[in-house]
Amino acid sequence: MISSHIGYYSLILGFVISVSLLFYSIFCLKKKNQNINQNIFSLLFMQFFTVVISFISLVYSFVISDFSNATVYNNSHSTKPIFYKITGTWGNHEGSLLLWLLVLTLFILLFIIFSKKQPTKYRILSIFFQQIIILGFFLFLLLTSNPFNFLFPIPNEGLGLNPILQDPALAIHPPILYLGYVGSSIIFSASLASLVQNNVNREWAQHIKKWILAAWFFLTIGILLGSIWAYYELGWGGFWFWDPVENVSLMPWLCLTALLHTTLVLEKRNLLKSWTLILSISTFTFSMIGTFLVRSGILNSVHTFANDPERGIFILLFLFSLIILSIILFFIYDSKENDSQKNFFLISKETSVLINNWFMIYFLSVVLIGTTYPIFLEVIANEKISIGPPFFNKLLIPFLAPFLIFMAVGPELNWIKNNFKKIEYSRIVLFFIFLYISFYIINKTSSEILFTSILGGASLYLLFTTTYEFLKKKQNIRQTISHFGFGLFILSILFNSLFSKEFSANMKIGEELIFEKEKIKFLKVTTFDEQNFKSVVANFKITDEKKNIVSLYPEIRIYNQPNILTSEADIISTIFFDKFITINLLKGDETFNVRYQIKPFMIWIWLSVCLISYGGLLSLFKRN
Amino acid sequence: MYGKKVKLRLLFLSFIFIIVALSVFLILKSLEENVVYFISPTEIKNLPEIDNKKRIRVGGMVKKETIQLNQNKISFVITDFKNDINVTYSGAVPNLFAEGKGVVAEGYLNDRSFFDAKKILAKHDENYMPPEVKEALEANK
Repeated sequence: MISSHIGYYSLILGFVISVSLLFYSIFCLKKKNQNINQNIFSLLFMQFFTVVISFISLVYSFVISDFSNATVYNNSHSTKPIFYKITGTWGNHEGSLLLWLLVLTLFILLFIIFSKKQPTKYRILSIFFQQIIILGFFLFLLLTSNPFNFLFPIPNEGLGLNPILQDPALAIHPPILYLGYVGSSIIFSASLASLVQNNVNREWAQHIKKWILAAWFFLTIGILLGSIWAYYELGWGGFWFWDPVENVSLMPWLCLTALLHTTLVLEKRNLLKSWTLILSISTFTFSMIGTFLVRSGILNSVHTFANDPERGIFILLFLFSLIILSIILFFIYDSKENDSQKNFFLISKETSVLINNWFMIYFLSVVLIGTTYPIFLEVIANEKISIGPPFFNKLLIPFLAPFLIFMAVGPELNWIKNNFKKIEYSRIVLFFIFLYISFYIINKTSSEILFTSILGGASLYLLFTTTYEFLKKKQNIRQTISHFGFGLFILSILFNSLFSKEFSANMKIGEELIFEKEKIKFLKVTTFDEQNFKSVVANFKITDEKKNIVSLYPEIRIYNQPNILTSEADIISTIFFDKFITINLLKGDETFNVRYQIKPFMIWIWLSVCLISYGGLLSLFKRN
Repeated sequence: MYGKKVKLRLLFLSFIFIIVALSVFLILKSLEENVVYFISPTEIKNLPEIDNKKRIRVGGMVKKETIQLNQNKISFVITDFKNDINVTYSGAVPNLFAEGKGVVAEGYLNDRSFFDAKKILAKHDENYMPPEVKEALEANK
């Protein structure tokens, strides 16, 4: 009870500080001070502090199961394990927005601490733009999604957290993802500040690159965690479904990746200024669109959670005003000094970065159209449609092969102008060798041999070139690691989709079935009572052709509050493949719907994403 | 007439234009081919013609007492409380698939009353109801 009061008033105090910071930063801009005013720094710190207090009191309310708080009542239950009581704080709309705000205020504080070498006016302007965003979120929280609403009379028991969210990976997935999303807000504010100050140049690129890398790293890891969660928790054995909720996290990632590459050109050649700014603005826009789409509930997704249209409208209006603000600023301040004045040679590193950008923008448009088209059609024609994986696969996969080849070739080119001393025939021969290898492997499986072999060949080629570069240490090692990771990523996904096997049947206890020379025996079912669910664990014995026996224990959990079933897959991971089994109740307790899958190279998919982000992490900590 | 630079730039611009036009065309074309419409059993009854090559989604509630099983097939009835459709499916079902709960089946129509499902989707929310069903329920009140 008292903690809700503390949290609420702390939030209001934070809001007041935000308003004063907004005016104070304008005031400071007019003065010709060399140093940043100490008051600004204290205000920023206080603002962060109020949000921390507010956040802690919400966590506390969750921990003690204070059901006088509506958020706690709606999303918690006294029998829930303590870990999920804490993580349940951000497993809901109000709490997750408070987390957004927490990260927003944290980032601007860190930004000011780590940008001491930058011009003072630029830093103050960054604070100003960031405060506009922060103010928007304060208003959003206080007006439409107050996490500290009271309930009277006080309920005895809460409604509980959706059990599929009671999971370790999903407990840390939102905070990490938000670090990425919100990280892009700092890039947005800093870009606008730098646009107004007209200091979009090499030094700025060097400084903002660190922030881009940080946001990119967290976004990558955040998406990875969500994907791993989907793999074992949703029980389909897939890791990416092209579901709208997933797509909205991919869009800022694509934008951010394009931005990351563009800043390299800005840093080295002082080119592509406007484009860098446009990408910075769009990255944040896509992060906001993501929040809007997920939270407004207009998405027809397989995992849409509770929602409210009024909130959606608020975010939409807020988003529009931010976009309009940035467009106006862009037209007023964008420097007339045109990039095209300086020559771009056809074969150079800058061109290869531009090509990367073109691909990224294409991927982005496909994902954007595929995600939003159903929404438009529903609004305009009142038709309900969905766009599934075939759409994305068909449009994205053919473009991946040339993308991979450019990824292999691009980094080797020189800046400004690349003169080929001789065409390296050995490379071309090598590419055809890889093409043949991949054709040989894929030959018997796929219906579209040509496409898949080219894709396989291209990723093998990328793997080879990056390994070669790595050993020679000629190029930037960090970039090589990330590019190698990406090649491995595509190759693992390719083999995963080509060689996956699936078997499903409705089985009774004691039954034995044969699938692809493997014997699957359903031995028994045991039930346990856990803290907040009843667990039904099945035992399967799988004997493969070499008489190796593995036991798998898939589980069904019957949660008591809310009353909901989840099935927990049992997965045995080895270097080359995962054995994945799930069960579901069908009718009564005798027959179970069993799904058994062999998924090759799953571990490699996770590992390759780790490699990709590891490259980014290394660059983040590299000294200039 | 024009300098070499202008010509080059024109060439470049037209090249970009062609690429953009091509990709827009590609996207729209596959959009058309890969869209899956969401239809309720009542709408199926009223369809002017049945296209059994077109992938669609049928949404509604699993009618009570209709799930039937054998080793590799599940059959059940999807209802929107006005009309029913019989669904056959072989494969894995999601967690929340149960009698009396909301369900979305994706697959192909055999005729107006038989649906061959390739995929069963269910929402991760015990109170979820496909929008059509909600409307139908409210209309029936």
